[in-house]
Amino acid sequence: MAVTCRQLFKRYETGRAAVDAVNGLDLEVRRGECFGLLGPNGAGKTTTVEILEGLIEPTSGDVEVLGMRWGGGRDHELRQKLGITLQETRLRDKLSVRETLRMFRSFYRDGIEPEAAMALVALEEKADAWISKLSGGQRQRVAVACALIGRPELVFLDEPTTGLDPQARRQLWDVVADIRRAGNTILLTTHYMDEAEKLCDRVAVVDHGRVIALGAPRDLISRLGGEHVIEFSLEPMDQRPVDADVFAAVEGVTQSTEESGRFVLTVSEPHRSIPGCLALLSRENLELKSLTTRHVNLEDVFVNLTGRHLRDD
Amino acid sequence: MTIDRSAFAQLVLANVRSYLRQPEAIFWTYGFPLIMVVGLGLAFNSDTEARLPFIVTQRAASDPIVQKLRADARFDVEVMEQDAALALLRRNRTPVVVSVDASGEVEYFFDPTNPDGTAARAVIDDAVQRAAGRADVVASVDRRTDAPGSRYVDFLVPGLIGMNLMGAGLWGIGFNTVDLRVRNLLKRMVATPMRRGHFLLALVGSRVVFFVPEMFFLLLAAKLLFGVPIAGSYASVLFVALSGAVTFAGIGLLVASRARTIESISGLMNLVMIPMWLCSGIFFSSERFPDAVQPFIQVLPLTQVINALRAVILVGEPLAAQAFPLGILALWCALSYTLAIRVFRWV
Ligand SMILES: Nc1ncnc2c1ncn2[C@@H]1O[C@H](COP(=O)(O)OP(=O)(O)O)[C@@H](O)[C@H]1O
Ligand SMILES: [Mg+2]
Repeated sequence: MAVTCRQLFKRYETGRAAVDAVNGLDLEVRRGECFGLLGPNGAGKTTTVEILEGLIEPTSGDVEVLGMRWGGGRDHELRQKLGITLQETRLRDKLSVRETLRMFRSFYRDGIEPEAAMALVALEEKADAWISKLSGGQRQRVAVACALIGRPELVFLDEPTTGLDPQARRQLWDVVADIRRAGNTILLTTHYMDEAEKLCDRVAVVDHGRVIALGAPRDLISRLGGEHVIEFSLEPMDQRPVDADVFAAVEGVTQSTEESGRFVLTVSEPHRSIPGCLALLSRENLELKSLTTRHVNLEDVFVNLTGRHLRDD
Repeated sequence: MTIDRSAFAQLVLANVRSYLRQPEAIFWTYGFPLIMVVGLGLAFNSDTEARLPFIVTQRAASDPIVQKLRADARFDVEVMEQDAALALLRRNRTPVVVSVDASGEVEYFFDPTNPDGTAARAVIDDAVQRAAGRADVVASVDRRTDAPGSRYVDFLVPGLIGMNLMGAGLWGIGFNTVDLRVRNLLKRMVATPMRRGHFLLALVGSRVVFFVPEMFFLLLAAKLLFGVPIAGSYASVLFVALSGAVTFAGIGLLVASRARTIESISGLMNLVMIPMWLCSGIFFSSERFPDAVQPFIQVLPLTQVINALRAVILVGEPLAAQAFPLGILALWCALSYTLAIRVFRWV
């Protein structure tokens, strides 16, 4: 195991109120896998990884990273083997990419050259540009290069693509996929379900400081009982409310929910279930306004488990 | 290669580069003190002798003795009606008003509780008596003390160097440390195998290294522009300045050890620096403050840096004579570094 933690708790006392940022979290990350912590803002992801990184003391719980424990006299040795990006770091504005990487390289006994690190994140042409002159995506790639420069066994990436535009996100995904292919263990946090699905071998869905679901993205999705989602809305013919439960009777529908006028059915075979739905609608004298189908994603898993969405927006 | 692999060297380089790439920082360390030296030096360093100003009333203006006073190059005499003149005297705009009363006696209007008034009256009366023919009974000779080394500008330069040492140490270290903390960079650095001691040493080291050229630049400018001499050895000047730089860096580190925002560090800095700006004798001797507050003033590090700098630069005293100021600085060093390292907030 690259990381194991059991019954992890972290309580912040802020004035009168206490916040249980991490609330009995268990985790096992295997060597060589890319493991994702997926959860909404405030779920406790950052607190968890910073405990694993030895930056925050847990209130209680047992943490083992690469077979070692923090505070056991081998912290320095352990840090040699970790690569880290924090959720938010602003590197020094007036240093160039190369100078920044050279500084981080000097902290590690073993590692790769700044040039090689820049190549890993495709930033060679920005080698001599100051950090202040880089875009958000480029800065994030420098941060990842800093995490890789010590040839780490285990890489922590906290929200690596938050705030980036779609193109910059895809570039970063390529970088992470390359790290994974090179045989590194990765633990990343994200509140983007597509990111977790695309990058992670296994995902722990985190909410209110504990893991509420764990498994490969495909497994989590298949547990919903179907691979596909039919979404539709109805023309407001009359004001008669329609109960989502009536669609549960249609052939092949495993879940049926309604949210502000949108019906969401989970099905295994859309081509069998759609005719049944349409028949039901015409019997009830209802008319479709729109209908789409898509694959089930981790967002649906989260909504199914919590009744809430991953993102507020 | 070795520099590439030395964490300490890389940390120093990062600080040095960040500093050199900020033109405004360079202005505050080189430009601003130079402007102070030039501005204050010119203001207090006129080559002509100071002339004593006073007022003569209209009624006395035609008196032959007063005529002689008006011709005397040592005086700057203004003539006006008595009422207007006395009004200016009450507002302390002139030290003395000279008049002549009905019987022909010379009158001096002045405030005997004001030392300027008493001194001016004595000088003017002396001139009046001599003009009327009084001879001196005791031979006396004037020895001038406005030679280089004892003028106001000479006094000022070590004071400004001390002020600069304090500002550079506190701002240079304190502000940068909190900036790194706000950026989450401190946390990022301690997440690497970097030794924390290297980081602190590099922070202080790069600051102190910068100070040496700064100080010699100021001393050189003062020498070229105003002929401010350096009576002591360069080595002792350097030693005193380095002691000051290291001390203020330590105090900067302590002030910055917990602060989480730029606003709080700015407030703390002012809290620490303003008493020293006011009391430590940058612009006039700290010994002019009342005896009751002297113990407080004498333990301030800036007071002792400036005392020691004046002693070695202006008087040429040897380092051995600076045991007291250097001892006070050593105490501040021990206190600030020990405490700062103990309470420093890394994450
Ligand atoms: N230093 C802190 N002091 C008080 N509360 C904190 C602190 N850090 C995090 N929290 C709280 O703990 C909870 C979890 O935060 P965090 O671990 O940052 O979540 P995530 O990374 O999943 O968004 C949040 O409610 C947050 O407000
Ligand atoms: Mg977070």
